[in-house]
Amino acid sequence: MYSYSDFDADFVANRNRQFRAQVARRIDGSLTEDEFKPLRLMNGLYLQLHAYMLRVAIPYGTLNSAQMRQLAYIAERWDKGYGHFTTRQNIQYNWPLLSDVPDMLDALAEVEMHAIQTSGNTIRNVTADHFAGAAADEIADPRPVAELLRQWSTDHPEFQFLPRKFKIAVTGSPNDRAVTAAHDLALRIVERDGEIGYAVLIGGGLGRTPMIGKIVNDFVSQEDLLPYVEAVVSVWNLLGRRDNKYKARIKITVHEHGLEEIRALVDQRFEETKAAFNGADLALFETIKPQFAAPDFAKRTVSDFERAYDADPVFRSWADTNLAEHRAEGYAIAQISIKAHGQTPGDATAEQMRVMADIAAEFGHDELRISHEQNVILPHVHKSDLPEIHARLKAHGLATANIGMISDIIACPGMDYCALATARSIPVAEKIATRFDELKIEKDIGDLKIKISGCINACGHHHVGNIGILGLDRAGVETYQITLGGDHTENAALGQRTGPGFGYDEIVPAVERLVEAYLEEREDASETFLETYRRVGMPPFKAALYERDPARVAAE
Amino acid sequence: MSRAFTPKVITANALIEGDVIYLDARDNWTRELSRAELLTDEAHAQLRLVEASQRHAEAVGVYLADVKAGDTGPEPTHFREDFRRTGPSNYFHGKQAER
Ligand code: HEM
Ligand code: SF4
Repeated sequence: MYSYSDFDADFVANRNRQFRAQVARRIDGSLTEDEFKPLRLMNGLYLQLHAYMLRVAIPYGTLNSAQMRQLAYIAERWDKGYGHFTTRQNIQYNWPLLSDVPDMLDALAEVEMHAIQTSGNTIRNVTADHFAGAAADEIADPRPVAELLRQWSTDHPEFQFLPRKFKIAVTGSPNDRAVTAAHDLALRIVERDGEIGYAVLIGGGLGRTPMIGKIVNDFVSQEDLLPYVEAVVSVWNLLGRRDNKYKARIKITVHEHGLEEIRALVDQRFEETKAAFNGADLALFETIKPQFAAPDFAKRTVSDFERAYDADPVFRSWADTNLAEHRAEGYAIAQISIKAHGQTPGDATAEQMRVMADIAAEFGHDELRISHEQNVILPHVHKSDLPEIHARLKAHGLATANIGMISDIIACPGMDYCALATARSIPVAEKIATRFDELKIEKDIGDLKIKISGCINACGHHHVGNIGILGLDRAGVETYQITLGGDHTENAALGQRTGPGFGYDEIVPAVERLVEAYLEEREDASETFLETYRRVGMPPFKAALYERDPARVAAE
Repeated sequence: MSRAFTPKVITANALIEGDVIYLDARDNWTRELSRAELLTDEAHAQLRLVEASQRHAEAVGVYLADVKAGDTGPEPTHFREDFRRTGPSNYFHGKQAER
């Protein structure tokens, strides 16, 4: 795992000292909120509905056990004993006191973590495939380049006041688990004639004007990468619409100018940036790479795994849904669901964090990952240890076997926390999960992604949910609009609206009717919800939503 | 003819705790909506807003929120203000736990 250099450590310590002084000046009244707000946002501190919120970056979603334990400590010492893992591989604390935040940041720095550039019009936390370095289908580990980008973008003097936020994601596998097409800039590692390079996508984003990213360059070599990315950001930095924040993201710039014009401008700018880079970036990359070297994988028999798999149906069910294929023989990637039915998606208690940290230290080569789907991953575990791991997880409410299923919902904080929200999203997720758990048909339904946002900003990725739910305020009433057919994978697609929205009490039955329609329409159990939708289209789902609605039928 | 004025309260978040506060008639910040000063006159409400907005070492994001008069004091008219005076619905945290 990457370990801070002296430079990194000094930089973070300095920033924390500065911010401590800024907080003190805010509290003694010498800074107004207008003066302080941009400073706190640069350090990840928001003000939400009921309290401040501190957003901590988990670069490319990677944590070691000491870091996870520190996150648990912070949750207990300064918050309400839990943390919320988000779709951008951050953790959010919902209840800090302003006066405690400097201490929290110092505690984070002790384990090489911080909250810098988790907010504001900067290049945000760089996200990556949560199976990085472990997945069987991977071309190369995306984390070294994510770390390179992090170092390049952190405090980059030209990019501290961008037109708007700028989000980067990296995948090293053709199976895109990082929703790269929904990012301002995305890198997909590709191989051409034996050389590793990057396909670069730009202009993706969700929010009020969702767009799928477009390939601006299908192969950028390692040595051209940083100058190329810098050229993209700098072209946008000049063209981006600072006059209108709703038009400021690069997706709008690409849309307004056209991909061809942007590509030409980037190529032109690249001539300059390329000349300015002296190769130090390549040397740096070479020092970063070995820090992500794979652990020494053990060669052991998997008979303990097989025995438990045959004997214990609960373990088998968990193994079937929560394990993914590892590149090393005898190993698995274990996904820990932070989506127990009826619980807040993405929330883990301090105790649960410690349990996961202990398991990672004992069995998992000391590595943990946070996925954009708000779950925790043990990327490297030997199969023979899985029965023991599963037993420990189960004892702490962490063995829910629902990865990729209808209750594995992404939900943004919505109006329970977020000041921008127009409706709640967490309780909708809780109720959908509880309902389908009662019906006992989750396994039968199979792969189905529900994603919920509490306003058009789309932090809950609803546009790319197979079923997307968007909470709105319609004349003072919480109303939920449904979209169908969204896809967050390498075949990224935006969902289509079904029609009028549903009230808070109607949304769960509406989802149930959609699922019933799917079960009736599918050719067989192997056809997923998304595949069925693509084959039969909107009509049967629309009919299920609007013609079979008991309330609407009764009203006629 | 001018439209009828919807009654208001002054609300904000506290500087240190970040929690929801309301201005009462004696110029103190209170944590409870029911104790807030009910502002029924538009000109008076605007004046109170200007005064409260200057207290930037105590409060953040001061604004006027719509309310209606209830038996025990001002009541929210919109669900957002109802959540603000209560706390989140997924945990028993925030104001509901402090009463
Ligand atoms: C204080 C809470 C939050 C605020 C104020 C906030 C604000 C916003 C805004 C304004 C946008 C729209 C940006 C645009 O279209 O230009 C946005 C998008 C987004 N946010 Fe948040 N957000 C919050 C919480 C979260 C959380 C908890 C997550 C992760 C679970 C998240 C992840 C995202 C994502 C993935 C997008 C859409 C992708 C994109 O940027 O286009 N946000 N957020
Ligand atoms: S989608 Fe809206 S409600 Fe949800 S976290 Fe983002 S800004 Fe808040």
